[in-house]
Amino acid sequence: MLSYIAKRLAIAVPTLLLLIIISFLLMHAAPGGPFTQERALPPQVLANLEAKYGLDQPLWRQMANYVWGIVAHFDFGPSFIYKDRTVNEIIAQGFPVTLTYGSLSFALAVLVGVSLGVAAAIRHNTWLDYLAVGVSIGAQVLPNFVMAPILVLVFTLWLRWLPGGGWEGGEWQYIIMPVVALSTSFMASIARITRSSMLEVLNSNHIRTARAKGLPERKVILRHALKPAMLPVISYLGPAFVTMITGSVVVDIYFSTGGIGKAFVDSALNRDYAVMMGVTILVGALTILFNLVVDILYAWIDPKIRY
Amino acid sequence: MVVDTIKMKSLSDRLAAEEVKGRSLWADARHRFLRNKAAVVGLVILFLIGLFAIFGNYVAAWSNEELDFSVMGQVADLGGPSLSNGHYFGTDDLGRDLFARTVQGTRISLMVGIVGSLIAVVVGTLYGATAGYVGGRVDNIMMRTVDILMSIPYMFVLILLLVMFGRSIAMLFIGIGLISWLDMSRIVRGQTLSLKHKEFIEAAQATGVPSFTIIWRHIVPNLLGVVAVYATLLVPLMILTESFISFLGLGVQEPLTSWGALISEGAGTINYGTLWQLAFPLFFFIITLFAFFFVGDGLRDALDPKDR
Amino acid sequence: MALLEVRDLGVSFATPDGTVNAVNGVNFTLDKGETLGIVGESGSGKSQLSFAIMGLLAKNGRATGSVMFDGREILNAPPHVINPIRANKIAMVFQDPMTSLNPYMRVADQMAEVLIHHKGMGKSEAVQEAVHMLDAVKIPDAKGRVGLYPHEFSGGMRQRVMIAMSLLCRPELLIADEPTTALDVTVQAQIMTLLADLQRDFGMATILITHDLGVVAGFCEDVLVLYGGQVMEQSPVDPLFQTPTHPYTRGLLRAIPRVDHEGEDLDSIPGSPPNMTNAPRGCPFAPRCDFAADDCRDHLAALTEFAPDRWRACNRTLEELA
Repeated sequence: MLSYIAKRLAIAVPTLLLLIIISFLLMHAAPGGPFTQERALPPQVLANLEAKYGLDQPLWRQMANYVWGIVAHFDFGPSFIYKDRTVNEIIAQGFPVTLTYGSLSFALAVLVGVSLGVAAAIRHNTWLDYLAVGVSIGAQVLPNFVMAPILVLVFTLWLRWLPGGGWEGGEWQYIIMPVVALSTSFMASIARITRSSMLEVLNSNHIRTARAKGLPERKVILRHALKPAMLPVISYLGPAFVTMITGSVVVDIYFSTGGIGKAFVDSALNRDYAVMMGVTILVGALTILFNLVVDILYAWIDPKIRY
Repeated sequence: MVVDTIKMKSLSDRLAAEEVKGRSLWADARHRFLRNKAAVVGLVILFLIGLFAIFGNYVAAWSNEELDFSVMGQVADLGGPSLSNGHYFGTDDLGRDLFARTVQGTRISLMVGIVGSLIAVVVGTLYGATAGYVGGRVDNIMMRTVDILMSIPYMFVLILLLVMFGRSIAMLFIGIGLISWLDMSRIVRGQTLSLKHKEFIEAAQATGVPSFTIIWRHIVPNLLGVVAVYATLLVPLMILTESFISFLGLGVQEPLTSWGALISEGAGTINYGTLWQLAFPLFFFIITLFAFFFVGDGLRDALDPKDR
Repeated sequence: MALLEVRDLGVSFATPDGTVNAVNGVNFTLDKGETLGIVGESGSGKSQLSFAIMGLLAKNGRATGSVMFDGREILNAPPHVINPIRANKIAMVFQDPMTSLNPYMRVADQMAEVLIHHKGMGKSEAVQEAVHMLDAVKIPDAKGRVGLYPHEFSGGMRQRVMIAMSLLCRPELLIADEPTTALDVTVQAQIMTLLADLQRDFGMATILITHDLGVVAGFCEDVLVLYGGQVMEQSPVDPLFQTPTHPYTRGLLRAIPRVDHEGEDLDSIPGSPPNMTNAPRGCPFAPRCDFAADDCRDHLAALTEFAPDRWRACNRTLEELA
């Protein structure tokens, strides 16, 4: 198991470096520097600015500095637009917010999705199954950017139960709609994957063996079916995590929650490459870390992978 | 939304096994497909949406760029859907005709969906078929690369690209298409592996047919079932991705528009009592996604009938 | 009273393409310690027959008729009736040991859970008993290997594990569903010898399901020949081998390779088994039968006892086949 983890780490680290280097090169390949503006700056000012941000050094040197800054000091450098703020400060401000509603959404999606999927598979072709399938098919066409306005319309404008946006340090009223908007379509996807995986497993030979042992159905499912049925769900958690982080951008914009998604879109609209890259690399690092956890979880369930 | 890999796997296993009796497979599938009500309804809806996208402009009383000065400034009161002033779906907050804009948004969204899906399918199929067919080290390296690429937060990179190299539609097409070939390549590789050991492929190899010809003539046609199903299910995913980016204001730029951009505008103005601005684009968006989903799902169930 | 009494057993499946009748009107009885072979090609319904007895049919499957075990109806019985019988009184060995064992669970846990559930043993006692049973099926170093996962065993060893697992509760009836088809030829012989030894030592009644009439000869007292879900011939082993009375049985017999007939060509039965989705109306074997006449394509004669304990279903008389 340890050697397996070491092997996965050996892939994860270069992947992350690759991501940093690609982002860096992209930034440099982009037409126009960060200080290209409608009104050309005097050459002297431009030179000073470039010296301040280290842009006058050779490319490899800049890249080495950038990578070293991130790896050694977790330092993404200064923002190109906000003269007095570093990328770190901008990220540190938004990240806790994203983490809060993000992990809540993730937990909700997994819990509800898995329970719904398992229930539907066990009660295959009953009203419960049809209901679960119907709900999950329906919820699939309700991505976060559709859910968000619908929720606001219903709960803020019509019912007046919940505030339409803001964060207020994470009061529960402000968390509900972001979490629901973000998790709905994942819940549906997880439910659908769980259901078809469970159905597949319940039809497999080793489940027939378990039934032939005279075990009650509850034990057959809990002891023999649940673990293998979870494998495809676990594989999906990696991509789900990525898409969810991506979705947080919409939540941040629409509900003004102030997470890192807001920083990302603002920087995208302002061409603040430093912040964009910082967020992209942070998200990439989280994704890689998360995939590592998923891989380990997978190996823990499936003994064939472990060695 | 996600393509169900378990069902895709089951389909690909079955199609690899059924290779020999190819013709009756498709005839049976058509028969089963036509019996599937949801799938047929989906197909009809797609046909109608297509008609709407192509001929909608001839029905529209206004162009998508004209501002109707008579409703401007009082859109909430005067800009609602009405047959008398020719704004069948009402106007947006600037006084532009929402019907014409929805037609245009439908065109762009469908185009992005279909072209993006085609790019993903072509790249994924060729990549996966090559990896599976060549096998060994090459396969290992190619699939490891896919693993690595899978763990990159694509949407962020895509937005990075869009910002750095300008927001052109072509960039959007390519970017979205290139996001989604990874899953496709995995599925195709798996099926190629099982096809590879079939007699007719081994016979072709024994008679010295070059590898590329075997892939192109024998492997790819036998992947048709899987590819068709996957492509159909991918279109709504592409539409979702495009809409997502456009919702953030980073995708399609004015005066062009797409469902995502229209939904974004509608969502931004629900406070002002112009609900139709959200309702019409959202309606088209949702029924189209549903339709593609049911058609793709029906196609797969038709090719791989199981009780589920 | 017979141990197992099967009356007019039928199995059908509801599929998207219509109802498929996999098994029709099967009758047999089995006394304590007796051995019965059920022979048929793949798709003849022989496995579904055994699943029906154990209540293990797929969800879209439906069993009709009656199966009495120890005087109690167990066909379509509710869980509280059938579960205490499964593994405890009737145990089953499945076809494919690669997939029939739980790949995600240690062998020790898979075996122990049977004893814990049926005999109320503690975990350590159950594992100890499992090791005993693995010894009995001649797995070397059973104690050291009981903690492994199934994929760490070879195919033959896995089937031994499967057999050991089925014997844990000393069942009165063992159903072995093609226990050797997934294995190498040399391993097949070992497993059959092991099964024969165990059957004798434990004295349990056994139903052996196989496509190989040759295996039946050495193992069973009675044979039931199944084709297209219909019983073609049913008889004690010896007379069946001496004078097979059904064209299909004859075909099967000619297809067995025999050491003492070296140099002769092996006959195979031309054609392939019927597709059960649209099964032919008459005798299912008619399209492949040398003796088939028009009436065979129209109906199949009922299974009749033409000599003591010997039954056949064929439109042609014995004289016509001579």
